[in-house]
Order: sequence, then C-alpha cells, then structure tokens
Amino acid sequence: MYRIIKKKVLNPATVMLEFDAPLIARRALPGQFVILRVDESGERVPFTIADSDSRTGAVSVIFQIAGYSTQKLAALSQGESVLDLVGPLGRASELDGYDSAAVIGGGLGIAIAYPQARALYERGAKTDVIVGFRTQELTILREELSAVSSELTIMTDDGSNGNKGFVTTALERKLEAGEKYDVVVAIGPLPMMKAVCDLTRGYGIRTIVSMNSVMIDGTGMCGCCRVTVDGERKFACVDGPDFDGHLIDFEEAAYRARMFAEEERVSRETHVCNITGGVRS
Amino acid sequence: MTKRNMSLEKTPMPEQAPDARARNFKEVALGYADDQAEAEAARCLGCKNPPCVAGCPVNVKIPEFIALVAGGDFSGAAETVASSNSLPAICGRVCPQEKQCESFCVRGKKGESVAIGRLERFAADRMPARAAAGSGGAERSFAPAGRGAKERRVAVVGSGPSGLTCAGELAKLGYAVTVFEALHTPGGVLVYGIPEFRLPKDIVRREIANLEALGVEIITNVVVGRTLPLDGLLGDGGYSAVYVASGAGLPKFQQIPGENLNGVYSANEFLTRINLMRAYEFPKCDTPLRVGNTVAVVGGGNVAMDAARCALRVGARRVYIVYRRGEAELPARLEEIHHAREEGVVFKFLTAPTRLEGDENGFVRSMECQEMELGEPDASGRRRPVVKPGGVYTLDVSTVVVAIGNTPNPLIVSTTPGLASESWGGIIADDETGATNRPGVYAGGDAVTGAATVILAMGAGKKAAAAIDAYLAK
Repeated sequence: MYRIIKKKVLNPATVMLEFDAPLIARRALPGQFVILRVDESGERVPFTIADSDSRTGAVSVIFQIAGYSTQKLAALSQGESVLDLVGPLGRASELDGYDSAAVIGGGLGIAIAYPQARALYERGAKTDVIVGFRTQELTILREELSAVSSELTIMTDDGSNGNKGFVTTALERKLEAGEKYDVVVAIGPLPMMKAVCDLTRGYGIRTIVSMNSVMIDGTGMCGCCRVTVDGERKFACVDGPDFDGHLIDFEEAAYRARMFAEEERVSRETHVCNITGGVRS
Repeated sequence: MTKRNMSLEKTPMPEQAPDARARNFKEVALGYADDQAEAEAARCLGCKNPPCVAGCPVNVKIPEFIALVAGGDFSGAAETVASSNSLPAICGRVCPQEKQCESFCVRGKKGESVAIGRLERFAADRMPARAAAGSGGAERSFAPAGRGAKERRVAVVGSGPSGLTCAGELAKLGYAVTVFEALHTPGGVLVYGIPEFRLPKDIVRREIANLEALGVEIITNVVVGRTLPLDGLLGDGGYSAVYVASGAGLPKFQQIPGENLNGVYSANEFLTRINLMRAYEFPKCDTPLRVGNTVAVVGGGNVAMDAARCALRVGARRVYIVYRRGEAELPARLEEIHHAREEGVVFKFLTAPTRLEGDENGFVRSMECQEMELGEPDASGRRRPVVKPGGVYTLDVSTVVVAIGNTPNPLIVSTTPGLASESWGGIIADDETGATNRPGVYAGGDAVTGAATVILAMGAGKKAAAAIDAYLAK
C-alpha cells in the first residue's frame, strides 16, 4: 500500500497526489513515470512523475480526471492509499548540454513539462516556457513554472487571460522574432505535439516529445505502447517515453491512443450508473 | 503391495466437456480421483534404475512418489515430490512430460507411458498448505526471515518459476532470501502468461505461500535496474549474491506491414490483460480488452495455444492458429494442441502472414497469407518453410495475436555495467552453475536461454541455488 501524503485539487478537472514512496523518490529523474493501480480490480495506469524528493521520500503525480480509473483515484483523500505503485520507469529525459530551450506544455502536459523545465533551468539554460489552457480558470502551476523559466508565456484558447491563441502561436511569434533555441521540449495532447513539431521542423530545431501511450506493465513486456520512430518499432515504456518528435508517426500514435476508447466509455458509464443508481452526472 | 496394473493405456483424467469449457475460464483438466490415481500408480514398474528421473530437469524421485500413491499414502507422496521440486502442482500441469520423464518410461515401449505428470499433479494437490509468512509491496523494510542457520542474504530478481525455485532451494539451505518482482503479483509467467483454465491462480498462490512459509520474502513492485540497481543489492544492499531470473519478457513481432494496427496484440499483452488483469471480467475489472469475432493467432507454441483458447473464452466466434510450418513441427505440448482442436480452434498450417490491412480507424480487418511448403532442415533440425509459388490469399480477421516468441528483457543488462550478454540479449551464464562473468551474480531461466519451458527454468534455478551455496560457503 502506498499512502497519499498530500492531495491538492489544482482545478476542477486536475488533481495532484503526493505519495510516500521513498524507493522511487530516491531514483526518480525528470521524464520518468510510475505505474499505479488503485485497488484490486484496478487497471495499471502510467503517470509521469511531476515531482519527487529523495529526502522526504515523496513522489507526486498530476492527472486529469478523464476515465473511470482517474475518477477513482481522484476520489481518494489524503491519508488513504493506493494498492500498487511502481517506478521510476522509462528513460530519463536527456537535458544536458543545452544553452537555450523552449518548453511547451499543453493541457495536462504542463504538469509533465514542469520537471523538464526545472531541470533545464537548473542546468543554466535560458528556458522559455510556453503553456496553454482552454480558459484562464483552468490555469495550473503558474507560480511553480514562473520560478523555473526565463520567460513564462501563458496562452488561452478563448483569450480570457488577454493572450488568445495556441502554444504554437506564441512559439511561432518568438521564432519569427529571431529567438534561437537549441532544443524544444513539447509535452501535451498528440495534436499539440504534432503541431509544435511541424513548426520547429522548418527551423531545424531538435524537438523532444513525450509519448503517453497505453501501457500495462511498463517494463517492455506487453508491447502495447509501441510507436513508430523513424520507421522503427519502439516501446514508449523502455525506449522512451521521450523521442525525437520529428521522427514520430503521429497519425499511428493518434489511432493507437483510441484503441480502447469504446471500452473506456463503457467503463465510465457502467460505473456512473453503479454509483448514482442510473443517474449520470 | 498393490497389484500391478498392466493396462497399455494411461488411466484417463476427467476433463470438462469441450463445448462447455470453451466458454469458461475454469480448469479444463479436473485431476484424478483417489482410486484413479491409485490405479494409474499401479502401472509403474518401480524400476531400480529409473530412466524417467534422468529425463526430469529437477530429478523428481518419480518411482518413490508413485509407489506411495499406489499404497494410498498421498501426503507422503506429496512430501516426496516436494523434496526435489519446489513447484510440483505447477509442473504436474504445465511440463511437457511427453518430451521429458514420460518419454523415458519403460512402459512406453509397449503402450502408453505411466501418466507421471497427472500423478505429480495428484500428489501435489494433496499437499497440505503451510501458513504463509506474508509478502508485500516495495515500500517497507526488507527483513527476510530466513530459517537460517546461515546469515548470508541472497536476492532473487523475478518471481517466475526459475526465481521461485532458486529461492525455495536457498531457503531450505537456511539462507535469508528476498525475491524482487516487477509486477504487482508474484509468479511471473505463471500468473501473467499461463491461463487460469490450464493453471489456476489459486494453485500458484498456494505454491508461493509454501515458499513464504519456508521464509522466502517476496517484494512486489520493484523493478531491479530501475527501482533498485542490481549493483545496489550487492555490497551496501546487504545481499551476498544475486540470482537474475528476469525472464524473456520482450515480445517479438514479425516485422510485416500493419503490425501496429489496433486489434493487433503481442501474446504477452493479450494474455496479461486476460490472466493478470482479469479483463474477461470487464467492466467489473477495469482493464479493457477488445476481441472481435474472428481472431488469428500467429505461432505454434504453447503461448499460441493459450492465446487461441483464451480468445474463444472471451467470445470470439472463429479462432485460427496460423503457423508457417506443418502440424508435426508444432512446438506446443500435445495436450494443448489436442485441447485447442477439441474446443474448435482451426489450424492453418504452412501459412505465413505477410501483411495486415486496417480500416479507416486504424483497426485490423484482414490478414494477407502466403502458403508455404517444407524445404530442407534448418539450424533447429526442423524442415524450413519456403514460399509456395502462388498461394496468396486473404483472411478476414478482426483481432490478431502475435505469438512468435520473446527475447530477454534488456533492462538488467542495460543497467548493470559489465554484465556480459549475447547479442540477442541473453545473459551469458554457465550451463551448470548459472555463474555470470560478475562474481556473486548468477542468472538462469529464460533470461539466459530465451523463451523456453517452466521446468527448464526451474532446473536452472535449482542448479544456481547449489552453486550460490557453494560460492557463499567459500
């Protein structure tokens, strides 16, 4: 059992949980993930490590309430536990040797991009962070990001913070203004990562993306998380999750992400019915 | 002394009827009743120099335990089996006996051999369960409670058949043993790979509880190489030796177009969803599985048979085994082939998939197949399949399971500096001792050989335990 030592609701759909997991905390590096199982009937779900502290043994994850498993997880309180937590899994991000970087986060990807931004910033790179939200109310991690960025740009789809547009709008503006980056780190929904890669390709900037594929074991065993990178089959769990975004087959990744869309709907609806006696919220 | 039974045939073992069992996950073979076991045991001649024992990778005392069964001393038989086999209830169910012990049986020269496997299973199932010491997740203090006269601690990486056997043997010798398991449940391939209807998970749990009662400590949710480096176990970690039994976990694909389509699973994924995650109980269990009406399983080994039979049980209407060689070359156990066929699995021999086609949403919908014929023998001694001119056709399929083997998981090798390995990923270890090029580090099972059988992995675990004992006694 792995105890939740802190729970924070970041916005109505996004939750941060901090677990007591000293073995994982001792080894975790930016870019790595954990796999978590809430209870005996639970599925194994991967979550990128948002933060970890080897002194206190805390490991935190940030997630969006999307399907049944994340609903179940979000319903847990501080002091309660999950049944299984394993990690750190995957290769750590390679962030050494860059003088300037742009870190782009969209949606929940912002939480995942945060440790990368911090690592780059702490290594002394000029680190511009561009994050995007649907609307201002959903903004998360503003202070944390601000502390680890040379310049923080927050975009909103609806312009409610006065800065309307996608993250690519802001990145393109900077690039057109002559800003030079050694590397761009893009983390978020597949269409966003693809859009960033399409933009940076023209500028010849190395672009790292983090693939959040469907997984079971997270150790290379199931092959469920396979992605095509430069025409080769790779497993996101052991070969990634970071890859050169310019080499990813995003079209394939997009349909693979929908492999169990129908089953996820069934699971959500069945359990809503069980919980509310047939009334869907 | 019981009267010898001179029947030329094995005493049949009761089974669930094929049409009923093909729709449930309960065990297919039901095991002998007492009188059936006694009758079968009475077929054994009790050879003075038993050839069957030499055919067993862990040298079970076969005539001794069978004589006890024949005399009605079932718990005595169980103890005798367990003295040389740490997981007898499992071996009795999954060993390819027809290629091992039973193939050497004198009775088999005229008629069928003694049903050693069925009797082993019978005896093991009569073993009274011992109280378990309990195991748990990673985040607790490691305090292996060895029975131990010996104070040295040994770490075992992986709780599959090889790791469990090695751990059991070392615990019997008095060592404090900790087994580290990457998944949330111990058992390795016994729980994620082999289905419930062939090896009930209660049996695996009971065998593991028996090991825990011997003092073996099992820590789940630890990926050695990630959560803890192998080198961290030795030295500061307090372990004097390590046995690496991390299995052959990395699935192979055919490298044909379309293998990344939705609905195409590796056998590992398909079986893990079903066996470990109980996806057949979805949505009661949260792990989903999508299986269409027509399933093609590529491959001819036990894993392919397991996948095909699972597919029937989760609702597929038509299940094919697509195998590029002929029936005689199938590597699966005879019983599995026989059971699969009885349940309605259709075998397409001398057939190689060459391409998978998908629909507009990326889901597989057809398999292009190439007919083959057998040519000259290859390195494995089996006749090599070669393309038959013409012979291309399309099979409509909605799910494909690729069961063409696994290679060793590279995680340990890639995170352990200086540990020697083969180019295909196997850890290099001595055949007789499991010793690697690193002092104190031993390895065995599929991590060394590539995908093989439960019993060979157990044999390696047993030999390594003896070698580790000798190493630590120095």
